[in-house]
This record gives sequence, structure tokens and C-alpha cells, in this order.
Amino acid sequence: MSIRESTNDVSNLDLDTPDKTYLDSNELIINMGPQHPATHGVLRVILKLDGERVLGTECVIGYLHRGVEKIAENRTYTMFNPYVDRMDYVAAVSNGLGYCEAVEKLLNVEAPARAQYIRVILTELNRIASHQLWLGTHALDIGAMTPLFYTFRDREEILKIFERYCGARLTTHAFRIGGCQYETYAGFEKDVNNFLTFFAPKIDEYETLLTTNRIWLERTKNVGVISGEDAIALGVTGPVLRASGVKWDLRKAQPYAAYSKFDFEIPIGENGDTYDRYLVRMAEMRQSMRIIEQAVNSIPEGPIMGKVPKVIKPPVGEIYHSIEAPKGELGYFIVSDGSTQPYRLRVRPPSLVNLQALDIMVRGLLVADVVAVIGTIDIVLGEVDR
Amino acid sequence: MLNAFMSYLGSTVTPGEAGNQFWALIYVLIIFAGVSLAVICMNWLERKALAHFQIRLGPMRVGPHGLLQPIADALKLMLKEDIIPSEADQFVFWVAPLIGLLAAFTVYTVIPFGPSQAVSDMNIGILFMLGVSSLGVLGIVVAGWASNSHYPLIGALRSSAQMVSYEVAMGLVVVSAILMTSLNASGTGTLSMIGIVQAQQQQGIWFIFKFFPLGFIAFAIFAIAMVAETNRAPFDMAEAESELTAGFHTEYSGLRWSLFMLAEYAAMIAVSSIAVTLWLGGWMRPFPNLLHAPAWEFIFSLFPGLTFAGLAAIAVIGTARMPAHSFFKIQRMGLAVFAALLGFIALFLLVIAVAGRSADTSVAARFREGIDYVYWFVLKVAVFMYLFIWYRATWPRYRFDQLMKIGWKVMLPISLGVLIVTAIVGVIFS
Amino acid sequence: MPEDVKSPAPPPPPEGEPKPTAEKPAAAAPAAPAKPAAPAKPAGPVPVPWTSPLVEKYRSQYGSGLEAQTYLGQNYLTVDRALIPDILRLLRDEEQFDYCVDVTAVHYPKREKQFDVVWILYSFPRNERMRVKTQIADGASIPSCVSIWATANWLEREVYDMFGIKFDGHPDLKRILLPDGWKGHPLRKDYGILQQDQEWVQINLGIESGQ
Repeated sequence: MSIRESTNDVSNLDLDTPDKTYLDSNELIINMGPQHPATHGVLRVILKLDGERVLGTECVIGYLHRGVEKIAENRTYTMFNPYVDRMDYVAAVSNGLGYCEAVEKLLNVEAPARAQYIRVILTELNRIASHQLWLGTHALDIGAMTPLFYTFRDREEILKIFERYCGARLTTHAFRIGGCQYETYAGFEKDVNNFLTFFAPKIDEYETLLTTNRIWLERTKNVGVISGEDAIALGVTGPVLRASGVKWDLRKAQPYAAYSKFDFEIPIGENGDTYDRYLVRMAEMRQSMRIIEQAVNSIPEGPIMGKVPKVIKPPVGEIYHSIEAPKGELGYFIVSDGSTQPYRLRVRPPSLVNLQALDIMVRGLLVADVVAVIGTIDIVLGEVDR
Repeated sequence: MLNAFMSYLGSTVTPGEAGNQFWALIYVLIIFAGVSLAVICMNWLERKALAHFQIRLGPMRVGPHGLLQPIADALKLMLKEDIIPSEADQFVFWVAPLIGLLAAFTVYTVIPFGPSQAVSDMNIGILFMLGVSSLGVLGIVVAGWASNSHYPLIGALRSSAQMVSYEVAMGLVVVSAILMTSLNASGTGTLSMIGIVQAQQQQGIWFIFKFFPLGFIAFAIFAIAMVAETNRAPFDMAEAESELTAGFHTEYSGLRWSLFMLAEYAAMIAVSSIAVTLWLGGWMRPFPNLLHAPAWEFIFSLFPGLTFAGLAAIAVIGTARMPAHSFFKIQRMGLAVFAALLGFIALFLLVIAVAGRSADTSVAARFREGIDYVYWFVLKVAVFMYLFIWYRATWPRYRFDQLMKIGWKVMLPISLGVLIVTAIVGVIFS
Repeated sequence: MPEDVKSPAPPPPPEGEPKPTAEKPAAAAPAAPAKPAAPAKPAGPVPVPWTSPLVEKYRSQYGSGLEAQTYLGQNYLTVDRALIPDILRLLRDEEQFDYCVDVTAVHYPKREKQFDVVWILYSFPRNERMRVKTQIADGASIPSCVSIWATANWLEREVYDMFGIKFDGHPDLKRILLPDGWKGHPLRKDYGILQQDQEWVQINLGIESGQ
């Protein structure tokens, strides 16, 4: 079946009880994407509308599928490390953290304390950067043009720190299996502290622009509501789950890296609507700053690389390890057969599972809200499609 | 012809009333040129101000600080291929932008830049204004229809629905402002635009402050409604890029599209002028009664010259700050020439202000008066233009159903309330 | 690569030692002068049996169809295909494993039952994670668990897309990442890494080859 034939196949859109108030309502099928300014990448959403109300959606993904899992079976563990950055390219450091920790678990080694602190600092900085990008693009979709420029300008400071640390801004490849490769550069602590003092008033600036703005409230309150039970049933994780009232964060539930040493809170929301997700992510940025502040002033001395063999050949077995990425639970399921290349490497992408919830969230909303809801789920197509 | 020319200079009525068609034609041409110039400046200002709100610079290359950018844009649009959809209704497609433009520009015949500086002072000026500006809706609907395409049609219908809904609220608060004009000794009000400003002059208070906060609420309603009328943020859902329907002007390209943009900016200036006339005292300078000594008159008459002198100073500073590199030689020269131009205008205005100092009826004094009137009027309209840009930079946009809800469920009841209360208060206090 | 094609060298060193895999026993001699012939080196972590009340309950219920092990601290059940989907439903309803983290598969072409289908489950109340594995043959299908966890919808579609394993009872089993008309299931071991469905490429992209 060619592309042409499969275009209008929306047979799975169940109508339940469409709200028919007159005998022949025209149901319109509208296609959003894959090229669309507001779908954050190549995502195609087919909407079935009754006038302006959305009756059902179907997401067509796979435009960015690069076969990362197949590639993993043909690269050694060390060689595969840079590939993971390219999945969720906005939060590359988190991807690297999850992968390195998974392989370390398989090897039964632990990264030394200094490396773990460095990992936490960089991961939390990346969480802030990822949320900033989310905020800018989400606000732009809803019509506020200015926060985009503000968040990108402030994100530059984080990217400068990354560049000084490992040479790359976006796809950082910051960590290695067993620890970190690079020692913190001279002035790292000063830079991070400067960033913290620089950034604290900036979050307030973003909040001034949006949080109590009447138009923002009207566009985001009660839009895209998902209840806690639905979220759990759909496997939604991350800020989307927390905004629906479920207080669960992998950094607290199953701590990894050095998170158990830091004191931070988990923000949750009440209604599970777009506004709550916005508030949760803003609060998460503040909590990330708190973690960074505690970490950067107490990095222990010591080696940055654990005792890992030069040729990484994990023993036969399987492991599943997941971390709290900015988008949700990012998991790596690695099956090793004793050789230098993984036998199977499965990435559990938070954006893919969260995107499934789009259908539930937009039922009954207007077309203009679909864009807002896609933005609020915070997907990165590189991760959805791998 | 010279007589017709000079006879107007001696008259204190608008050329329309004086039957001076020649001078009326001059006025029409001046207004046409002026509005076009204003639209060009507005285009530049929008891009620069929006950019500065967003911590970036905006156009910097095409002319010093992007000053020639609007001209480059206009040239580019004129040279673009003129695409007409094959299934479109050819004549209607061609005429749609013209209808919008016509509606926007015809309003200017009644806008008073001064007590006799208008093309014609119809005694039903406001009614004429409301009627003609509504014709703009027709242009939009016709454009969407003629495109023969799904999305422009939906966009056009949405735009027109939005404009029509906000016109209702707009009309009602306009009526409440007109009510205020009748609060004089004879108890008769006027619909003439010049009459409204003269009523504010006689009553000694701008209508925005009259019966505070009634006048202010009426003004606020009009200020919001006029943003919705012109499809500007935060009411620009119909032409937003991130939505599915790209607006009624999707199928238009090149010069035709630029005509729509011209019509939009001209409409913005027109409704701002209405707001200024009705509530902000039109051509009156601030505090005409409080600070009425001749010294104050003189000081206030220096304002036009000083404004241009300030702009010239900014241009000079810009020239000084340009990098001293050979690549920037032409830009530096261009900006210096622009600064010199502004300086000359400033000098000219200051000379007129000084020469026409006394209140006699010499040519210089009449000239000075005319310039002052126009200056204060244009200044107030410019503040509104800046507000339009500020709104666009700051706020997200309303969803269409929320927009309609506000128009009908919030603005209309409030404007009705304001009207009734104004009438009651007016009766009580007269 | 299968594990029997290893060089005839001592088993991989235990975790943490930076010594390279000893392919050159002679060169390693100076470092370890008096090594006994067959040192009792621990052979790395092995799966150990997992005991817990949950396991006891199900073992008594299902007997030999169920095996419970722990590897590196992660618990997993290996069950017979016949027990799916009952055991999954029981896990959700009785043991409160309300969150299905992932559904995936592994392909072992040299085994008789070629596919390992793995469900990774998590329980919010118990803060516990576990895996359930089963083995199925090539061409066989397996019941879908969409009715148990709604998450499984797209996850099972991806397993179908990548491996060709059909899920009975799935509401809309079609390809998710690859285009609809694609032939072949890429994550199988017999699908080359550079292989593409040239026919699809020619029809839909109009070029001779995607390489």
C-alpha cells in the first residue's frame, strides 16, 4: 500500500457517542503536519472534527525513525554512547546518564562519588535547559512570542557551560561508562554559581509574563485534562503525571546517581490540565536550581572514572535501568550476550508513551487547543521515533 | 486658482464646508501621502520595537538601523509574481483588497487634525466613520470567498464574525461619548468630529476624565474593541501562523497582499484617530485651561520642534555609535543625512514656533497653530500605535470562541451599562 | 554474537578489574607470577532464584509454568506462553502492578522458540519493578494486554513493527514507526543493518535505492 492509499485510513478513530445534535453533521478530517510550525518536529496528527470540536485523533509517527536500536546491536558499548544523545536531542545529557548508568549496572560497577556529583549537576542543568526550550515553544504556540527569546537567551548560559565542559552544546556526550571523562574545568563551580544567581530572577520574569496573565489562564486552564488514574493506566510519566496529582519522581522513588544526597521537593498539580503542567515545570526548574546549588558547593574530591575494563564486555544477562529525564521515565533495557556489542538495546522513550495520551486529552476540545496540548506534553520527535 | 488657494488660508472652516474643492483635493492628497508615510514608519517601528521587546535588534542592514527596510519590502512585494488561483473568481479576487483599502482610507475624510484641518466636517461625521469602517468587513469576506479555498474561507468568516461582534460594543461606547457632548448650555450634542473635540474644549475636560470612571471605562472598551476590529494581537487568531487556518489573505501574494497590509495599518491608524478624537481631546494640547498663560502657550508650542530635535539627537548618537569600519561608511553617511534631515525639520518647526509666538492672525501664527494641532493629534495617535505593538509582543492570543465570548458577553453588557449610566448621570448633572 | 565463539581464554575477569581480557596468557605471566592453574575466580553475577510471597503464591498456582529469578537485583518471572495474559492480569489486579513500563522483545534466531517477549512492570504502591518474560516461536502470536494496561497499545505496535510478532486482540495492530507498506521486520537478527525495503522505496520515493 503506498503512501497515498494509507493517508486517509482513520478507521481506528472510534466515535463513542458523537455529540450529534442534528441529523447530518459533517465530520471533517483535517491533517496537521508532518510539516507544521507547531508540532515540534515531524509529527502528523489526523484530527476528526465535528465543526470545531475534536472527536478523535490519530498520530502518525516514524518520520524521524533512524533505527537506533538496530545500530546499537552493531556498535560496541562505548561506541554507542554518542548515539543516545541524538534521541532526545534537547536533553542529551540525561540520555547519556541513563545509558551509562545502565551499562554500569550491567558491569556491576559504580561511578565514583565525584563523577556522580558532576553527573547530577550537568543533568540538572540540562533539565533546566530542556524546560526552557519547552516553555519558549509552548508559549509561542499559544501566541506569546516574547518568552521564546527570553528562554533561549538564558539557555545560552547553560549551553556555554556545556561547551566549556565537554566541547558540545547540544549533543554533549558528557559521560562515559564508569564515570566522566573530563574533569571539571577551572572555574566550573564559579560558572555554575554565576548561572544560579543569574537565573533565579529569570524564572520570576517568565512567571510575570505568563502565570497570572489572563489570556494565558484562559488558554491553558481546563485544557487537556487527564486524571491521575488515566495517566497511570496510559503509562504517562514525568511532569504530565505529576501535574495530575501523582507524586512520583524516580529521583526520589528509586534514586540513582547522587540524588539521595540532596534535598529537593517534587512539585505536583491538582487538575492535570495544561496550566498545572506549566506550573509543575516551572517549579521543577526551581527545584533543579536547588539541587545544583547543593551539589556544586560540595563536589567531593576523588577520581572521576571508576574501574572499568578497557574493553567493555558485560557478562551475559539483562538489565533495565531508568532515570527521570525531563520528559518522563527514560529507560534502557539492555540484553548482553557477553560480547562487546549489546545483543539488544531497547530504549523506553517517555515522549512516545506520553504522546499516546494525546488522544484522551484532546477529546472534546477545539482545534486551537490541540496545538496547546501537543506543546504541553513536551515531546521530542527524536525520542518518539528513535 | 490662487484665489481659491489663498481664500482657504483665511477661512476657519474645513475646505469641504468652505466649498473649496481645490483645497479639499490638496488635503486628500496630503492625507493619502501622510497615511502611506505613516504606514511605512509603522512597519519599521513594528519590526524594530518587536525585536527590541524580544531582545534582538531587528532589521539593521537595509539602510542604517533598518530605516530603508520598509522600502525594500515594498519593492520586493511589487516585484513578486502575482499568483491567482486558477479556480478563483478573477474579478472578485482583484477587487477584494481594493474594497478594504477604500474603506480604510475613506474614513480619513472626517478625521480632524485641527479645527479646520479636515477634508470635510460632516455634521454626521461619527456616523459616517462607523458606517464606512464597517465596509472593511466586506473586503475580507470577499477576499476569502474569491480564493476558492477551504482555509481562507474559514479564516475570512472568522475575521468577519470577530469584526462585526466588536463593532456593536464599539458603536455603543461611541454613543456614550456623543452623549457627553450634549452636556452643554444648549443641551444639544453633535455627531460632527470637529464638534466633539470642540465640545471637549468648551467643557474644559477630555471625555476620558469626564464623570470618572465612566469616561475611562468607555474609552477602555473602545480601546479593546479597536484592537479586535483590526485583527491585531491578542485577537489575531484568524491570521495566526500556528493555527490551521492561515487567514483570508492566504492566496494573495505580492502587491495584492501588501494592499491588505496597507489597509490593516491604515485601519489601525483610523480607529486610533477616532479614539483620540472622542476621548483624548483630539488636537488639544494637555492642560489648555489650567496652564493658559502665554508663556505656557509658548512652551507647549515648542514641543513639535523639540520632538524632532530629540529624534535628530538620537540619530546623531546612532551615527556616533556606528562602528568606525569601512564597511559601515555608507550606513554612517546615511544615518548622518537622516539626522540632518530631522534636524532641519526641527529647526524649521522651532522657527515657526518662535515666529508665530503672538496670538495674532499673521500667517506665521496661523501656521504655528496648525502645526501644533496636527502635532498633538499625531502624537496621541502614535502612542496608540506603540500600544498596538506592545500588545502584540506581550500577550498570547485568545482562542476564537473566547474572543467571541468576550465580545458578546463582556463588552456588550458593559458598554450598554456605560451608556445608560452616562445618560443618567448626564441628566442629573446638567 | 553467540557466546560459544569466544577465544579459548579464561572467563571474563570479574567486575572492576582493569586487566584486559587475557588473550595473551604469556604476556600476563609477569604480572601474576604464581597463579594457581585454575583460580577460583567468581564467574560474574548469575541469576539467582527470587523468593517472595508473590512468587510463592504464583508458583503454587501455576507450578512449573513459572520460574522466578533475580539478576543484579532485578526480579523477573519467566512464564510459559499459556499463562499470558492471565498472569499479567493477576499482577495488575492483585499485586498492584498498575504501570506497564514497557513491552519489548528479543530475537534469538538459534533457539527453538525464537522470541523473548518481555513486559516490564512497576507498582506505584509497592515501589517495585519486575519483568515478565515469555518465549514464543516464530510466527506464533501472543495475546495482547491492551485491555490490562492502555499503555501497551503503541508499545505492542512497535514490537509488531520491529519483530513481526502479532498480538491477538490488539485494537489496531499496524506499523507505527515504519511506513505502512514496508516489508520486513528490522530488529530481527536476519535483517541486515543496511537492508531496506527497496520496493517500497522505489514506489513511494521514486528513486532506485535508498542506499
